[in-house]
Amino acid sequence: MRARPPGPRRGSRPLGLTALAVALALSATGCYRGAGDAGNDGRDTLNVLMVNNPQMVDLQRLTAEHFTKETGITVHFTVLPEDDLRDKMSQDFSSQAGQYDVASVSNYETPIYARNGWLSPLGARAAADRGFDQGDILPPVRSSLTAADGKLYAEPFYGESSFLMYRKDLLKAAGLTMPARPTWHQVAAMAAELDGSRPGMKGICLRGQPGWGQLAAPLTTVVNTFGGTWFDKDWQPKVDSPQFTAATRFYVDLVRKHGERGAPQAGYTECLNDMQQGKVAMWYDATAGAGSLESSESKVAGKVGYAPAPVERTREAGWLYTWAWGVQKASKHQDAAWKFISWASGKKYEQLVGHELGWSRVPGGKRASLYRDPAYAKESGAFTGATERAISAARPHDPGVQPRPAPGIQFVGIPEFSDLGTKTSNEISSAIAGKQSVPEALKKSQRLAQEVSDAYRDH
Amino acid sequence: MPTGITEPAAGAPAAAVRGGIRPAVRVRRGERAKEWARRAPLLPALVFLVLVTQLPFLATVVISFTRWNALAPDHRGFAALDNYRAVFTDPAMRASMGTTVLLTVTVVLVSLLLGLGLALLLDRSFRGRGLVRTLLITPFLIVPVASALLWKHALYNASYGLLNGALTWIWGLFGSDSPPQPDWMTNSPLAAVEVSLIWQWTPFMMLILLAGLQSRAADAVEAARMDGASAFDIFRYLTLPHLRRYLELAALLGTVYVVQNFDAVFTLTSGGLGTANLPYTIYQTFYQAHDYGRASAQGVVVVLCSLLVATFALRTVSSLLREEVTT
Repeated sequence: MRARPPGPRRGSRPLGLTALAVALALSATGCYRGAGDAGNDGRDTLNVLMVNNPQMVDLQRLTAEHFTKETGITVHFTVLPEDDLRDKMSQDFSSQAGQYDVASVSNYETPIYARNGWLSPLGARAAADRGFDQGDILPPVRSSLTAADGKLYAEPFYGESSFLMYRKDLLKAAGLTMPARPTWHQVAAMAAELDGSRPGMKGICLRGQPGWGQLAAPLTTVVNTFGGTWFDKDWQPKVDSPQFTAATRFYVDLVRKHGERGAPQAGYTECLNDMQQGKVAMWYDATAGAGSLESSESKVAGKVGYAPAPVERTREAGWLYTWAWGVQKASKHQDAAWKFISWASGKKYEQLVGHELGWSRVPGGKRASLYRDPAYAKESGAFTGATERAISAARPHDPGVQPRPAPGIQFVGIPEFSDLGTKTSNEISSAIAGKQSVPEALKKSQRLAQEVSDAYRDH
Repeated sequence: MPTGITEPAAGAPAAAVRGGIRPAVRVRRGERAKEWARRAPLLPALVFLVLVTQLPFLATVVISFTRWNALAPDHRGFAALDNYRAVFTDPAMRASMGTTVLLTVTVVLVSLLLGLGLALLLDRSFRGRGLVRTLLITPFLIVPVASALLWKHALYNASYGLLNGALTWIWGLFGSDSPPQPDWMTNSPLAAVEVSLIWQWTPFMMLILLAGLQSRAADAVEAARMDGASAFDIFRYLTLPHLRRYLELAALLGTVYVVQNFDAVFTLTSGGLGTANLPYTIYQTFYQAHDYGRASAQGVVVVLCSLLVATFALRTVSSLLREEVTT
């Protein structure tokens, strides 16, 4: 006996439609993101666009009860992740719409924006503001925010460099000592020693996640010190040069042999976790990572030593990055904007954060005076001296062994680099995964670099 | 986006006029008025739809013919077909098309099958059914980017993730201290993205199919059982035909959403190792290269391809629309 086939379908439509409606309603909840509101434009109000890093979130908290109370200027903040910030900023600034008076600009954008005429020069205001003490700003940071015309276009909020963080206890147990100025080959030898010194322990963590702000940053510092460069001073692309290849091969081999597990997806966050969980013995990355390693929640607090960024052919190799404040040229609140910058980047604000929120949360890396402050030196741990040395030694206009066409240590200060660096790091990341060889990866990248340089040699 | 649905042709031939000598014009006017009366309630919605979808799309088309890089404002200008040439000669774009198709088809088919299985199980009554149903729906309610982060850090991560932790624990039970620690996202990057998406979309499929199952006529099943049909026969000849429209609907909606997926690719692999799909590639052009012209051209090409596919898909799934239209 067979079951009767059903007759014409009836009575299923209402439910079918209900299911449809439910499905649509449910999927709408997950797929819609509202846009933020930039606030109104009154007298004595400022619109500030900034990146969503913890130091900025602290600033947002402290603004109303300190800055607004002192000056009567209300500040509306728009806080976004880095990529969204860059996008919104370049849209608003390129049209000079004046929606934002002040924005977080890094030392990557500042010279580019300044050349486009999107930022107000700040030098005269800074010189006239006695309390601000422009001379206190660390020279490399100041010079990285100075455009090609010699004028200063942004004031730093905090700065960072890169250095080598290592587990003192593990090195001691293995009978190793960290040299005062390690070379990359020494570091690779130590990584091989330390690899497997404990179950599940790897020698070193180096970023492998694609992105011009991820893998491309530490890799470019290695390239610099191996004698390579992205472009020579005549814009000739040098991505497949022997030096660039040697540096990349060194980096990829080191990660593949003694680096963290899951390297092709490991960025700053993953390496920080690995180091805190005791899964790696060394970590070459941003100086900002040290604050997290030494925090009270960290398992490795007190066990970490700090050495300068490893070198090969140059004296220094640490990068330089700073989040700073730039003022949009079209802004109608230039005076109020400077008042805000003078407060947020000033000495008093560093003290305020130190006393209110704790010294570990001070946005450092920009003023020499902070490192002479006994309270800061006492409270903030072992890494601050190393941080200041690394930042002060950085040379953003001459980071390698040959003259460069554009400023920048771990990046090339041109608009096209975010795309070129990301696509190149994508290829190198897949070399780390073992899906292609280093020369193959660099051959593709050289083609991309060639397109960029063609555009530059036309000008 | 325009859909492939065509409305019935307007102005059907006027019916033969009977009784009297009314001028044909008036008849036609009456007809037209009647038609407009039928359309009028839809007009505000139509105007709104055109305003919020078609105008931005037109703007995108216009931008796609311009040379516009946000960081080089002095070089703005008319680019003719340069952007489109770049799109079609870009190997990354071609690769991401393949990735998108593979990702979407895999995720939709697997989650449809899993959803069907779960819906059939949940269609029976047992104690605690409400709780189980709620738990099963949960993955769909999690914010996509949060679920991607959960998969990346809590599960897949090779050094501190749950999967390798579980392997370590199991091997530890047998006294071994060198468990295998596969690097999931590196060994099979696309599969890693697919699994996390399947986990997210299975509940969605399950919901739709469960609604379909609940609307089955119980008496037909009862009768079949009385006639001695086996459980498989009932499934094959009663349930499956009844579920056909629900399966089609679920697959269609699932496809529409999975094609657009961005969160998983962005978070898990950053588009590395050949996992970049179309939305991610457009995002990179827009955010990393700041090339608005080329990003718009990519968007236009993707929309045109989607339209082609959607038209065929809708034609195949016409049973969804047939009953709606013939009223």
